[in-house]
Amino acid sequence: MNAPQPIHHDMLLEFTGGEDDGAREQYLSFLLGDEEYAVDILKVQEIKGWSGVTPIPNCADYVKGVINLRGTIVPVVDLRLRFGLPASEYGPLTVVIVLRIVGGGRERIMGVVVDAVADVHNLPVEELKPPPTFGASVDTEYLRGLATVEERMLILLDIDRLLSSGELAVGDEGGG
Amino acid sequence: MDDMMSQFLEVFFEESFEGLDVMETALLELDSGDADLETINTIFRAAHSIKGGSATFGLGEVSEFTHLVETLLDEMRDGSRPVTAEAVNLLLQSVDCLREMLNASRDGGEPDRQRIEQLGRELHMLRDGDGGDGAGIPREEGETTAGEGEGCGWRIQFRPHANLFQTGNDPVRILRELADLGEMEVTADLSALPEFALMDPESSYCAWQITLRGPASREQIGEIFAWVEDDCDLGIEPLAAEVDEPEAAGVDQEGVEAEKSPPAIESPTDTEPAGSGTTPAAKPATRRARAGGEASSIRVGIDKVDDIINLVGELVITQSMLGQVGDRLEEGEEADSLLEKLFAGLAQLERNTRELQESVMRIRMLPISFVFNRFPRMVHDLSNKLGKQVELILSGDKTELDKTVMEKIGDPLVHLVRNAIDHGIEMPEERERAGKSPVGRVELNAYHKGGNIIIEISDDGKGLDAGKLLAKAWEKGLLPEGETLPDEKAYELIFHPGFSTAEEVSDVSGRGVGMDVVRKNINSLGGAVEIESQPGKGTRLTIRLPLTLSILDGQLVRVGEQTYVLPLTAIIESLEIDRRNVKAISGQMELYRLRDEFIPIIRLYELFGIEPDNTRLDEGLLVIVEGDGQHLGLLVDDLMAQQQVVIKSLEVNFKKVEGFSGATILGDGTVALILDISGLIKLARARAASMPGEAA
Repeated sequence: MNAPQPIHHDMLLEFTGGEDDGAREQYLSFLLGDEEYAVDILKVQEIKGWSGVTPIPNCADYVKGVINLRGTIVPVVDLRLRFGLPASEYGPLTVVIVLRIVGGGRERIMGVVVDAVADVHNLPVEELKPPPTFGASVDTEYLRGLATVEERMLILLDIDRLLSSGELAVGDEGGG
Repeated sequence: MDDMMSQFLEVFFEESFEGLDVMETALLELDSGDADLETINTIFRAAHSIKGGSATFGLGEVSEFTHLVETLLDEMRDGSRPVTAEAVNLLLQSVDCLREMLNASRDGGEPDRQRIEQLGRELHMLRDGDGGDGAGIPREEGETTAGEGEGCGWRIQFRPHANLFQTGNDPVRILRELADLGEMEVTADLSALPEFALMDPESSYCAWQITLRGPASREQIGEIFAWVEDDCDLGIEPLAAEVDEPEAAGVDQEGVEAEKSPPAIESPTDTEPAGSGTTPAAKPATRRARAGGEASSIRVGIDKVDDIINLVGELVITQSMLGQVGDRLEEGEEADSLLEKLFAGLAQLERNTRELQESVMRIRMLPISFVFNRFPRMVHDLSNKLGKQVELILSGDKTELDKTVMEKIGDPLVHLVRNAIDHGIEMPEERERAGKSPVGRVELNAYHKGGNIIIEISDDGKGLDAGKLLAKAWEKGLLPEGETLPDEKAYELIFHPGFSTAEEVSDVSGRGVGMDVVRKNINSLGGAVEIESQPGKGTRLTIRLPLTLSILDGQLVRVGEQTYVLPLTAIIESLEIDRRNVKAISGQMELYRLRDEFIPIIRLYELFGIEPDNTRLDEGLLVIVEGDGQHLGLLVDDLMAQQQVVIKSLEVNFKKVEGFSGATILGDGTVALILDISGLIKLARARAASMPGEAA
């Protein structure tokens, strides 16, 4: 029992979740109003409940402020406001998803406020469809694609680009 | 190997730069006349280790140059050469030159070859000069053998052919025999070494560059190589000729061989554009060293580290003590009896934490001598150039301050010392006429006071002329014509942008972009600069700086529900507003009359767009702060605690926000923003400009 089991090939396949046709990506989905959005799960550092922020004066309204994440100052962005959706009251389900964002040549840690975390999806790459050129409340520039899961539409965000734009741009780069 | 090498290389550079600093300091001591043997020894030792190191790392140019310097020093050491001002000057220049060469090798740049050659020639001339013959035959103490280039030594290029071993010869034997002839330095050139798998154990791949010093003759060397002459490429040149024209000599002697032979570490410098040096890995290695720059490491005294280890030990004890209290509580022991233990533990924890914090901070602290050390040289050069006689007195150079602060204070200090010498100290005759000693004094003094470090720069020169300053201010339109100021205020004018009092612009100072930049730099470090002057007696500048940039003494202020931190150093006073003293200018800007000054009021809640307790001026408090040389009144709802806060950057994960220098985490875990006075001024100006008439 105690002896380490030799690792077989089929076990490895199980671990990576690959059945027979390899390429799959995992996404964490969350709700904003009626829509379900998703981000690459590898970008997610942690999920924490909403516990208030320190507002930063004279910033765009979607920058809610900064929080103390174990000694690091992390800005928090309200995705509803970022996308121009009506603001909602923060409730017990309101969560902050802490993400590692790469943009402008460096990695930053940022939090996004969403209505609720929904699910983790294991999506085959070929099921991702290119984003429509119009129709979503999000500027299509920040979309990575769409996917259908159990008849629901999942909007996959290019979170790096989204959170390196506008007010959140690094220096001169990444604006737009 | 390259990874290892580059790591050692970094250490070598660091140590060499330190060595050069040591040489410089010691040379300046020699300069002032009190030359003792120990000082010369110090210089010699530093030069010697640089030479050894550079030879090990294949920096041939550096080691050859250092060798020249070392030879001179050696002669001074054994008394066969007097210590002249000329020699010292030349050695000082050589130190500069070496520094440049090392910089160039580290950053992959090109050293100024002309300068190296020129200096090399001068060093030779100096040495040969008192030998008398001057024909490239340097005088060597003691024996002298016949033949060209003897005495100083030989440089030997030894590149065995691959079949050397098959002829029964052993290069080690040859090297050993050579070593018997004198002091020898060998650099192995491994660039021809193939991959391990391709290596033929019976072939020879190594080549050697040998510097042999001593009275050996060419014949003696030839004899040693007699057996292998046909099985190798051999170049033997006298050392002196070689250094005169390092490149030319190398190519002449070795022809094509020389192209292959530059040691691996130098190849990136030589083949920068092509990037296809003999060892590709060498290039990134050098690059990395460059990116690391000078700030990459810090030397910490072992005692400081031991301190921290002790403190961590205590912390662990405290933790286990608190853990015990927790366990006993869990076991249902009476809480009352444990309460005392708990408090004792917490008090101990607090003390441990504070001490640990202080100790960790101390790691970053360096003695200010790191900055001060450059001044003797600078004063020496500058006073020579200006024809003034200046004595520099340094005191308190053991005073420690944060490395970051130190790096930023260097340039402003240089500027101030230059100013003191250029503008402050008079020419010797003038000083004598004024009944002063012809030798001017510039004093640099550093000491701790409270949580600050104070640096004073004083001179006993002519002092500032308030009248002249005022005239200049009128002329430049900084002050209405004819308006006068009290002397202290007039002195402050020199901090005004575009203000320079040098009667003629020299290349030493007086470009008119000086003192304002100095003040700005010091302010940006959270410090302040003050000036005192007495006509005919001198000028004293006092710089006050925080010890560290990562901790700040802050005053917490409340505006509505938000808490902000004001740097304590910026606060002048806080007061309750007397409505009668508030004046409005054209309905836009409010001014508060405090004694004889009108201070603009900034309503923080308005600037930050937050809901305050109330908007009535007389219900709040006015905090008078100073920033960018002007006063400002900040309207806040309440003053809260004063405490030390740890500064956290907003830029790491977000960006620079105007009006804030950073953020901090308060005791309850929430974030508070730290106000930046000059940013607030800008913010308020921008606000006033964008919405005229609304601020009333």
